[in-house]
Amino acid sequence: MYCGTVQLMKRILTNPLVLAGLILTSILGLLALFAPWVAPYSPAEINLIDQLLPPSTMHLLGTDSLGRDVFSRMVYGARVSLLVGFVAVGIATLVGVVCGAFAGFYGGWVDRLLMRFVDVMLAFPAFFLILAVIAFLDPSIINIMVVIGLTSWMGTARLVRAEFLRLKTLDYVAAARLAGTTDINIMLRHLLPNALAPVLVTATLGIAGAVLVESGLSFLGIGVQPPTPSWGNILLEGKANIEIAWWLSLFPGLAILLAVLGFNLLGEGLRDALDPRLR
Amino acid sequence: MIIGITLVSFLVMQLAPGDPGSVAADLNPKVSPEMIQKMRAHYGLDQPVYIQYFTWLKKLAVLDFGKSFQPDGGAVLDKVAKALPVTLVMNVIGLFVVLLLAIPIGVAAARWQNGVFDRTSTILVFLGFAAPSFWLGLMAMMYFGVYLGWLPISGISSYGAETWPWWQRVGDWAIHLTLPITIGIIGSLAGMSRYMRTTMLETIRQDYITTARAKGCGEFRVLTRHALANALLPVITILGLSLPGLIGGSVIMESMFAIPGMGKLFYDGVMMRDYPLIMGILTLGAVLTLLGNLLADIGYALVDPRIRYA
Repeated sequence: MYCGTVQLMKRILTNPLVLAGLILTSILGLLALFAPWVAPYSPAEINLIDQLLPPSTMHLLGTDSLGRDVFSRMVYGARVSLLVGFVAVGIATLVGVVCGAFAGFYGGWVDRLLMRFVDVMLAFPAFFLILAVIAFLDPSIINIMVVIGLTSWMGTARLVRAEFLRLKTLDYVAAARLAGTTDINIMLRHLLPNALAPVLVTATLGIAGAVLVESGLSFLGIGVQPPTPSWGNILLEGKANIEIAWWLSLFPGLAILLAVLGFNLLGEGLRDALDPRLR
Repeated sequence: MIIGITLVSFLVMQLAPGDPGSVAADLNPKVSPEMIQKMRAHYGLDQPVYIQYFTWLKKLAVLDFGKSFQPDGGAVLDKVAKALPVTLVMNVIGLFVVLLLAIPIGVAAARWQNGVFDRTSTILVFLGFAAPSFWLGLMAMMYFGVYLGWLPISGISSYGAETWPWWQRVGDWAIHLTLPITIGIIGSLAGMSRYMRTTMLETIRQDYITTARAKGCGEFRVLTRHALANALLPVITILGLSLPGLIGGSVIMESMFAIPGMGKLFYDGVMMRDYPLIMGILTLGAVLTLLGNLLADIGYALVDPRIRYA
């Protein structure tokens, strides 16, 4: 494995999909990271004289109904969207890996119980479930991240379980067990690293999904709450001003599209590069 | 399985910090504590949680989803019965269009892999995956509804349409549903044509395709009779699996275009903290999904003679 690391990195980094995805996501990431330096105005600066101005050299992407600069709000919105995406996927991956690892490693009733739970969770229309929970709790960013995470771990759990089922029958695991390695150590040090590739792919694609869900919730008015800018809630304002301010609707949607596209490309590319069997 | 579904639905509701009593108190500070107590007793909210669950479950067994908390107090089942056909009709039409378009696209892309058509359609598929449906909806509303003024942007029928003859009413529905259905299917269209391409690519590499070609079968016949017939099988499963996504996706489309279907009903219920309605729809949605998967399995067994009922 280790002697192939350089070649593996090379294969990943020369994949055109990965490159395109990396370029898109790093541009967004850098914008989000350096938001205070990139944004020409404060995202919360209200200027009632400059309401709903179309794009100009003063306001690159126009202003909203409170005279706030749309470009600045979108740059800060990138922070919110990416943060929600990464944390939600982090939660989903953690839950999915733990659940899948236990199910695959121990088998028996543990497996049956956990997988039955996965089936139940999968039967719910995910967006209904998220909507119901979010509407009952406060729609704070933390709650949104947790709920998206807790409703999107099932794919990872199934993947990890399948990998563990296959891996645990291999000789090196038996050897590790003979050497007296504890279950937890076998799972963490011997099985998990070998199951990491599909988890990474699923997580990357999951970020795209989480960004979409968050913006959808914010668009319905039960996601990130104003005045905190998010691409979804700028779009919501675009809907309210649909007859006069096209720029409020066009640009945030484009941003969502590019972010989702970026993570999808990255994920698909990683899949191609990490798993040659799938080509 | 169904027990699990009801448990999860019920647990979600228990997360709620407020109940209709406290909503009423928020709205009207003059509501006395005794009144709230009475209201809670009326809805059975003063019982311990597990008793509430079993009461709800017992009614569920005879399809009684209880009464909505909303002032009209209509039964949940009636509300759902009114909304479900709208969503179903929209999704069935949508699925039909998706299959009609996605199958030829996928087959053509696989036949001429890496050709111009394949590359163009792949790019479009990635864009279709990434574009948020509500944004596309907004753009379409703006262009066709506001700028060109061709299509209505909300509701499913024009004002006063009840008195029209039936053919005029159907036409009226059609122009109201054009935008939401078109926008709503873009995601599944992208997914399905991508999926068709993958399975076709796998199928046309099989030996029996080579055999068919070798015995002098025409290219069109090879593609349709020999390859497509096999590549279509997994599509049945995918259709079953896509059901929860379709129902879930209807929330955004329906509340955006003000269409009185399941999605909008659910969204309104969530906004009003209407427990019985939310629990009912959540449970029904999951049961519908199970039903869809079951139908897919049965359909699969009917179409594919290799699968036997054990």
